[in-house]
This record gives sequence, C-alpha cells and structure tokens, in this order.
Amino acid sequence: MAEQRKLVEVRDLKMYFPINTGILRRHTGDVKAVDGVSFDIYEGETLGIVGESGCGKSTCGRAVLRLYDITAGTIKIDGVEIGAKGQSALRKMRPTMQMVFQDPQACLNPRMTVAAIIGEPLDEHTDWSKAKKLERIYELMDAVGLNRSFANRYPHAFSGGQRQRIGIARALALNPKFIICDEPIAALDVSIQAQVVNLLEDLQDSLGLTYMFISHDLSMVRHIADRVAVMYLGKIVELAPRDALYATPRHPYTEALLSAVPDPDPKVEARVQRIILKGDVPSPSNPPKGCNFSTRCPKVMDICRQIDPEYRELAPGHFTACHLYNDAGETGAPRYECNQQGEDA
Amino acid sequence: MLSYTLRRLAFAIPTVLVISLIVFLMLDMAPGDPTGSLPLTIPLEVREQIRQSLGLGDPVMVRYFKWLYMMCFVEPLHILAGLTGWDIAPEGPRILSWQTRSPVGDILVQRVPQTLWVVGLGYLFGILIALPIGVISAYRQYSWFDQAGTFVSMIGFSVPTFFTGVVFILIFSVWLGWFPSMYDTTHVVRDWNSFVFQAKQIAMPVAVLALFNASQISRFMRASMLDNLNQDYVRTARAKGLGEKTVVLVHVLRNSMIPVVTVIAIGIPTVFTGAIITEQIFRVNGLGDALIRAIYVSDWPMVQTITFIFAILIVLFNLIADVLYGILDPRIRYD
Repeated sequence: MAEQRKLVEVRDLKMYFPINTGILRRHTGDVKAVDGVSFDIYEGETLGIVGESGCGKSTCGRAVLRLYDITAGTIKIDGVEIGAKGQSALRKMRPTMQMVFQDPQACLNPRMTVAAIIGEPLDEHTDWSKAKKLERIYELMDAVGLNRSFANRYPHAFSGGQRQRIGIARALALNPKFIICDEPIAALDVSIQAQVVNLLEDLQDSLGLTYMFISHDLSMVRHIADRVAVMYLGKIVELAPRDALYATPRHPYTEALLSAVPDPDPKVEARVQRIILKGDVPSPSNPPKGCNFSTRCPKVMDICRQIDPEYRELAPGHFTACHLYNDAGETGAPRYECNQQGEDA
Repeated sequence: MLSYTLRRLAFAIPTVLVISLIVFLMLDMAPGDPTGSLPLTIPLEVREQIRQSLGLGDPVMVRYFKWLYMMCFVEPLHILAGLTGWDIAPEGPRILSWQTRSPVGDILVQRVPQTLWVVGLGYLFGILIALPIGVISAYRQYSWFDQAGTFVSMIGFSVPTFFTGVVFILIFSVWLGWFPSMYDTTHVVRDWNSFVFQAKQIAMPVAVLALFNASQISRFMRASMLDNLNQDYVRTARAKGLGEKTVVLVHVLRNSMIPVVTVIAIGIPTVFTGAIITEQIFRVNGLGDALIRAIYVSDWPMVQTITFIFAILIVLFNLIADVLYGILDPRIRYD
C-alpha cells in the first residue's frame, strides 16, 4: 500500500462552528465538529468513515471538499493544497473532486430538469457545444442506469433510488478523480441500497475513482471500503484496513460499535455479547478533558481523564488513539498490563 | 393547466355575482339618502320626485338586475367604443352617478389612469426596491445591512400610509419645499420642464406607497431566500463548482421567487383599494378618491361599481397567483 500514490492527504483538519451568545452576539465558544483529523486516501481505494450521528462524519467530508471554510489544518488533493484557497480558486478545482449527498430528495434543485442538473457542471467548466453536452448527459444517464427518455423530467417525478442515481451522474459529469459519498444510501430502502452501492463499485472499477464513503451502516462499509476510519466526537479514534479493523478492533469505542452490528444468523445473534455504552455523547461544544471517549469508555483509566491520547500507528496501517496502547506500540501488546498500569497510576 | 384555469374562471363568475349582490343589498340597507346633501329648502315632495327620477321607486331586485345588465354589458361596450372609436355602443340607459349625473363608466375611464400611474409606479418601485434588499438581507443575514433593512421594513410595515404621507408632506413640502403637496391631474407633460414637474408631484405619493409595499415584499423575499439558502441543493450547486453569483441568482433566487411572485400577484388588487387613503392625502383624483367622494354623498351606483371592479380584480389576481404558482413550481400540477 505504501507504493500507492496518495490522492488525498488531510492533516490536523479542524472545523469549528462559532457559538455567539448574549445581546452583543459575542463569540463565546465553538462547536468542535471536526477536531484535528488526519488521514490519507490512496488512489483508487475507498476509505470508509463510520461513527454515530453527530460525530462529525459529514462535516469532515464537506470540510475536505472545502464546502466550508475550515478552521485549521491542511488538505492536499491530487498534490494541490486547498486548505487555504479562496472559493474562486477552488472553483477551478471542483471538477477533480465531487460529492454525492445524503438526501436525494433535497439535494436536487426542484426547478431544474434532470438534463439541466447533470449538464450544469458542463456549462460551467467546459466550452462544449450543445450537442456534445447532450451526448455526455445521455452517456452519464446510461452509466448510472437511467432511461434516456427521463432527461426532461423534474426530480420530483423520480423515486429515491433514481434520484440518487441522478446525484451520482451529476457528480460524475466532469470526470472527477475523487468522490465523497456522504451517506449516499442512508435515505434509501434496503433493496435499493444494494443497487446504489453496486453501481458505485462498478463505476469505481470502470473509471478508477477514489471514494471517501461516509456511512453509519457498518456492514455496508465493510462491503465497500478498503480501509475504515472510526470517528467519535470530531476525532478519528481508529483507522485500519477493513479486515484488520473488523477482526481485531483496538479502540474500545470501535469494539462497542462493531458489537452492535446485527448478525443475520439467529444462532450467532443469540450468542453475541453486546457492549452497551452508558450515557450520551458529550456536547461537541464542551468536550471532556483528556480523551473524548473517557466519559463512556468501559475501560477508562485515570490518565484518560487527564491527557488526550496520541494518535499512533500500532501495526502497519493500523492507527488508533487510545491510552491502552500507549506503552505497547506493538501489535500484540497485552491490554491487561496497560490496564494495571493505569490502575497503579 | 388550461382546463384548470378555465374551471377556476367558471367558478369565479358566481363568486363575483354573489359579492355584487351582497354589496348591492348592503348599500340599499345603509342609512343615507342621495338627496341628503341638497339644500334643506327643497320640499319633501320634490325630494321624493328626485328619488323616483333616480330609479329608486323600483323594487330592490329589479334595480339590481338593471344595474347588473348595464354593468356587464352596456358600460363595457361604451368604454370599448370610447377607446377604439368603433360604433358599438348600445342605445338605452347607462349607470348614472347620482352626484354628477354623468355615466359612471366615463368617470372611471377618466380616473383609472391617475391611479394606475401613481399606485402602479408605487407598487413597481416597491418591488424593485424590495427584491434586492430581500436577497442581500438574506445572503448577509445579521449583517448591518440586514439589521438596517429589517428596521426600515418594520417601520414601513407598522406605520400606516396616512401617517407617512403627512410626515412626507411636512418634511418635503412644508419644511424643505422640494415637492408640491397636491397632485395636479390637469398637468400635461409637454417638454422637459413639465416632465420635471410631473416627476416632482408624483414623487411623494409614489414614495409613500413604495415604502409600504417594499417593506412587505422585502420581508417575504428575505424569508423565502433564507428558506432556500440552507437547502441541500444549494450545497450541491456549490459542489458542482458554480460561481457564487450563479448559485445565488440562479438556484436560490429562482426557487425563492415562487412564493414571492404569488404574493406580489395577490397584492396588486389590494394596492388599488389600499391606495384610497394615499390618494386622499395627496389629492390624486384616482379611483380611490372617487370611491371616498361617492361614499360621502351616498352616490350608491358609483360605490357599487367601484366595489364590483375591486371584487373582480381580487378574484382575478388570486387566480393569476395560483396559475403562476403552477407555472413556476414544477412540483405543482393542478390537473
């Protein structure tokens, strides 16, 4: 994996939303939606981002595409640093990076026909003739499995799955290299989810796309992703190749998250030991001192409440931020020992 | 859409007829007497003869149907004949104003241009001011521009036109002496100087109406823009790499205009009726002024006719608003 080219490099990305209160609307705090996130995405792979609602997955995705003005950090896409670029300079970059949005109902302009929605990026970024644009629109509609005769219909005339296909065709219009899929299947019913995910995989194979796949559906991420990052309260707590993450989760939060995945086999399902977390996710405007997960962690130690754990590489490609592994640094580090140390301290 | 429009038009006819009947009966029952403003020395028998000559001897329903026939058939043909010069005006009686003894239709033809110029310009300027203010206010929500716009529109919204009109006269006519306080209808625009005078005398009534209309419409525009600015499809448009101008003016504005256009359409007839007071203050002898004067002297044919026209305008523009909604928003289908 090391010899593969890094298409996306994100370092210490922070996205804070200011809170203004009082009569004078003074700046009194921040919602730390994304708080120091670093990861790479290699060309042609799919990075899954999982986490519960409100953990900053979507914000992270939008921030990487600079749909927000980020608070801090650097983002390099295809070798170009875009973290501090102005919106007009970014516009020229948009053809390389695209996004498929969560809600196919809301993300399409209700007053534009399908052809206009798919073709608008072409109007903006190319000087093609009308006939050539229309040819491209039809080509895209074929690629995502939409009937060409639907081109002049409005989005409200389509089902959720068809609308998501329109959204995907729209994202593909300018031959992007990198697509962020922000929960593209969350609003679809299960039978359609598989269709859309398979479509995304087929397109990845035929067009050599790189995906950042944001989802809370762990089984779907397991199906589509090459590597998976787990987010909790604005931070990546664990990032690992898919099989390693699902087989040997290191972070207690990942363990708890994975234990919640239902198993289709009722015999297995009956024997599953679920790790039930207590309490709620703390507010991102007032995260706890030390480790963000310390308030709910079943393996919490004193140090967790004091010091924010470092994000480190335990095994090749397997990163986690947890004090349990602080002194080990090796794959097989006995967790028990760490626990004891923590209790001694 | 066409069949819907035709169906609605067909339904509009009984609505307007019922309104006209109710207004006619209410006026008939209202206290007041067409001879009330005549000198007291006229004896009672003569007054009775005057009433008979005005046609008040007939039963109320007979008078209503006579009026309705003249209103829907005779007067429109006379007005059309007057405008085009065709020889289509039918013989027979017309609706006569009790105060002037001239046909109501002719008076209205004289009055309507004044109202259209003053009130129409007021509404037009109101819209032209309101739309950019609403768009910028929403785009820069809570900026100083938005705060100032919100404040001004709150004032324009809450202070009635008869107050702003008088304040304007006090400031610009009495203290500064920039504009005349009375509107001279007989003024004819012939050259540059007379045009400047016309612009000066029309400025204040138009400004008063424009302020009032602009404050309403800019609020609608702002609210509608804010609704749409946070929609997901706007983020999609930005992600497509469209320029900010395209995002705001094509995607957001076009969707935001759907409710605003219908509000503007519904507002047009209320502008005619609502301008009654403004016309009074600036002595513009338009439709509203004619209505007020007719009410003062119990000139029921005049009141009845003007009210009927207002009713038609309101019903018609409501229909136009509904049809516009269907045209602008592809999600709405009436068939």
